[in-house]
Amino acid sequence: MSDITRADICAVAVAECFRGDGERLANPIGTIPMIGGRLARASFAPDLMMTDGEAALIANDAAVPDPDERVFETWNPYRRMFDVVWSGRRHVMMGATQVDQYGNQNIAALGDDPQRPKVQLLGFRGAPGNTINDTTSYWVPSHGPKVFVEHVDLVAGIGYDRAAELGPVAARFHEVRRVVSNLGVFDFETADHRMRLRSVHPGVTVDEVRAATGFDLVVPDEVPESRLPTDDELRLLREVIDPDGTREREVPTPT
Amino acid sequence: MTAVTNDAPAAPAAPAEKLLTEDEVVGRLRSGMTVGIGGWASRRKPMSLVRALLRSDIDDLHLVSYGGPDVGMLCAAGKVSRLTFAFVSLDSIPLEPHFRAARQSGAITCTEVDEGMLLLGLQAAAWRVPFLPTRVGLGSDLFRVNPDLRTVRSPYPGPDGGEGEELVAQPAIHLDAALCHLNVGDARGNAAFTGPDLYFDDLMLEAADQAFVSVERIVATEQLLGAAGDITRCRISRLFVDGVVEAPNGAHPTSCDPDYGRDEAFQSSYAKAGGDAWPAFRSDWLAFPDEAAYQAALAARPGDGGGASA
Repeated sequence: MSDITRADICAVAVAECFRGDGERLANPIGTIPMIGGRLARASFAPDLMMTDGEAALIANDAAVPDPDERVFETWNPYRRMFDVVWSGRRHVMMGATQVDQYGNQNIAALGDDPQRPKVQLLGFRGAPGNTINDTTSYWVPSHGPKVFVEHVDLVAGIGYDRAAELGPVAARFHEVRRVVSNLGVFDFETADHRMRLRSVHPGVTVDEVRAATGFDLVVPDEVPESRLPTDDELRLLREVIDPDGTREREVPTPT
Repeated sequence: MTAVTNDAPAAPAAPAEKLLTEDEVVGRLRSGMTVGIGGWASRRKPMSLVRALLRSDIDDLHLVSYGGPDVGMLCAAGKVSRLTFAFVSLDSIPLEPHFRAARQSGAITCTEVDEGMLLLGLQAAAWRVPFLPTRVGLGSDLFRVNPDLRTVRSPYPGPDGGEGEELVAQPAIHLDAALCHLNVGDARGNAAFTGPDLYFDDLMLEAADQAFVSVERIVATEQLLGAAGDITRCRISRLFVDGVVEAPNGAHPTSCDPDYGRDEAFQSSYAKAGGDAWPAFRSDWLAFPDEAAYQAALAARPGDGGGASA
């Protein structure tokens, strides 16, 4: 199908992150992450639970349902969210201002002096607690060498090198599963858990990904293309989950 | 024979008087205090109390907050020397510009924490224990930015039968005062939230030496349950509250669901009032003699539906 968009591919790649998670809180943060999470639940991962973006877990397939049409499953205020996170029942997909080759993530601040940052960002938010307790994935809508960096300025979400330093007991719940960007999908399924190019989105070359990445990616001899949505997935995306096409504004299809 | 006891003769005692104005609350605060502010980002913030702080001569504050415009306004006014935070955000505007300016200029010293560590620090203070153990923070640069942070070895065997696990010892975050805004309460300090989330307001109040609550409306205690809607919403107990302020629209411009949403237009003009534009914004909106004058100016804005005709 020629009318499949890059955003559709990204949504499917996000959905695939949650495959096999069973009865867990899938908590993708961002426009395409939320759409991809809803797609996973509406198709191959029906036991996932998902938020309304605020204090409820809802059953709706629509990414952003009309408030009056929400189907409530349970109350999930911030206090409750920590119960979910600390008991290991969540898979969060966060954003990353910087992410490095071991999956360390920074959303806190940029610069060398943490007490006087060059650029103050969000703060550590919940990233330390998310990554030490639960499976974590990341979403980068605009892949470039300032995002995919050799070393992050501040480690908010911890990567595999930090987890290894902690040892197998302290880090036993740590898993950085995937990074999904507008160019491809990345994982850490290498001997030393360095980031590997898992697939390129259709229309993207391996060289393009390398050039947009600020460290040496592990690139297998054969790099597959990210899979296309099925007809049923396309119907869900277009008619049920994101009929307004908000995903196209987050990741426009290159012309 | 009459029995003799040491009990005092029965005399009717008056209940503690807790009803205060915003300025009376601020009159009980001092420069240099550690002050916790309830709510979350740009949601249900005790802004009428923040405005009273802004018109006071108090400064050198250490704020503890799930931060929003409370932090930004007090930073812009030069009232903050220290901040304990996991984020500062205006929700619809993800980064708080006034906080960022203060932080990037080096004007404030910060203790950065994970959102959950802030919860645990307040809980430890409320329970009067020096710390609570957690896995949160292990391996992260919170240890780099916060050299005072310590770990603790569990006295119990680890999951593999070996030595006990090393965990983060999140220290108690003790507050000199806490300021929170709730939907409804009585004059004695009981209060309820009627929106989707209490956030951590109860912990803020319980972690503080002096705890102050502003509410949208004060009702008689007999009417509190009805106004709250359900007993599970009556989460603030007068055992933990020293003063109550009636502050309709007191969370403005932040949201106070279900009573009102965020004033996005006002928040946007506040967010744009950085640098040279700050003095004008401050004199336009933060220099009124009291909260009533602020609310009257809001209601008098052209096109505002909340005025006398509404």
